[in-house]
Amino acid sequence: MSLNLKTIAELRDGFRAGDFSAREVAESFNAAVAAGRALNAYTVETPEAALAAADAADAARQAGDLRPLSGIPLGIKDLFATEGVDSTSGSNILKGFKPPYESTVSGKLKAAGAGMLGKLNMDEFAMGSSNETSAYGPVISPWKRNDGGNAALTPGGSSGGSAAAVAAGLAPGVTGTDTGGSIRQPAAFTGISGIKPTYGRCSRWGIVAFASSLDQAGPMARTVRDCAILLENMCGFDPKDATSLDLPVPQWEAGLSSDLKGKKVGIPVEYRIDGVPEEIDALWDKGVEWLREAGAEPVKISLPHTKYALPTYYIIAPAEASSNLARYDGVRYGLREAPEGGNLDAMYAATRAEGFGAEVKRRIMIGTYVLSAGFYDAYFTKAQKVRTLIKRDFAQAFNDCDFILTPTAPSAAFGLNEKMSDPLAMYLNDVFAVPASLAGLPAMSVPGGLDSQGLPLGLHLIGRELDEQGVLNAGLAIEERAGFTARAEKWW
Amino acid sequence: MSVNADQVRHVAKLARIAMSDAEVEAMVPELNNILGWVEQLGEVDTDGVEPLTAVIENHLRLRDDVVNDGNIRSDILKNAPDAQHGFFAVPKVIE
Repeated sequence: MSLNLKTIAELRDGFRAGDFSAREVAESFNAAVAAGRALNAYTVETPEAALAAADAADAARQAGDLRPLSGIPLGIKDLFATEGVDSTSGSNILKGFKPPYESTVSGKLKAAGAGMLGKLNMDEFAMGSSNETSAYGPVISPWKRNDGGNAALTPGGSSGGSAAAVAAGLAPGVTGTDTGGSIRQPAAFTGISGIKPTYGRCSRWGIVAFASSLDQAGPMARTVRDCAILLENMCGFDPKDATSLDLPVPQWEAGLSSDLKGKKVGIPVEYRIDGVPEEIDALWDKGVEWLREAGAEPVKISLPHTKYALPTYYIIAPAEASSNLARYDGVRYGLREAPEGGNLDAMYAATRAEGFGAEVKRRIMIGTYVLSAGFYDAYFTKAQKVRTLIKRDFAQAFNDCDFILTPTAPSAAFGLNEKMSDPLAMYLNDVFAVPASLAGLPAMSVPGGLDSQGLPLGLHLIGRELDEQGVLNAGLAIEERAGFTARAEKWW
Repeated sequence: MSVNADQVRHVAKLARIAMSDAEVEAMVPELNNILGWVEQLGEVDTDGVEPLTAVIENHLRLRDDVVNDGNIRSDILKNAPDAQHGFFAVPKVIE
């Protein structure tokens, strides 16, 4: 098997056993990245950085000084600040921004021995569910429908470049971020795994902020084990993030077990919604059976405020975004547009008009409106109250179950341009993902199977706060039974 | 609640985003669509419910009151669109 099709665990173990060198691994992925440009998954390629880390790993093996991710090259989503390498969050307003510092999460991965293959395309400021709002143009999914047509499909978003890179063998694992489903929905659309840990597990320092009370980094990779390996090396206390959790990082890989005897899996009745294809509900039922086979007992639960999660999210996230994105003013970094003879205010307004795309402007406008005098209580405070109720729903449900199983997304991947003209239809993509984000809970998508069009569908696991292990273990139980080995046929 | 063109212009001004009249006109129905949709939260009884402030319980930490960085002016100015004499430069503010 070509090295670029191996999992992280296979690469790590093979490298350690001396089956191949880290340099061979890096060269294999560098070649795959260069050959995969039709997917538009990378915004910047850094083959030299990958090779330098590989050479360091080969020397470390010689010296008997290996680190957890020695010999593993990774892709990094474009909103992680990477020292000296363009970090633009998929936006024109940050074009050319080369941070003089490294984000905590990417820095931890590099300190663990990982190399960097490049920066990954994404929806602008992570605002989107199809990667079509990127200033670099959309990522094309490696997957095609089996109808003989050649329609270009979305890999999902906002971590669309991340998902496409893993699915196409352009990286064995990547970083993503998830504000309202941006790791899980693209993972589902591309037949890979991805986990968003409990809010506060991963430091947000050096990650371009979208909605600070929701943003969490997490890994995306081919298998549950690979996600556990990466997550262990991304999490940990960081004094530079005021919401970072000062807790030890569990050994999630060592703790993996698909024996779910004595566990209860909650099936929320409110997640059966109209308009979802029958195949998705059928896969959900199959997922319940798989977990039962693994020893878990299914129980019906109720999360009564589920239908209010999306509207709550679309008040809170734009409100926080309008505040966070105020920093893009054309003064300290990025784009500047200064109209001839214009004053400072004119420069701000022209810079932001030129630098932000349509969806980002829409969300800043919504956010500014719901925070403005006279509307704050009616919208923002109301949404924060409903958020309390959504969090309470989960707390009550977890009295009766250990984790929750749902579909990841209400459809398989859709075609480019199919939903761009209707923001509300686009927002509905995250209907199953957003509640766990609002409650700060760990949640994961694992591939469950293919639909009748030959496209991947994901199953979604939500755990108690800090119980990433429970989520990973249930994910592993599904992975072992789903036997998902399908890969997109190479056309790029 | 819904917004009209004047309100959109006002919000755009607050948000410091320059918009042509055509852009304002296009934004009116887009925003009203979204605002109309989020209005369903009005159905939820939130009497006596505290707004959520911290999604995962945490305590506010204080760090020692000491200088822990500095002397990185060139790093800070490195990405500036216009840096002059060790400062960020902007259009003239005071005549």
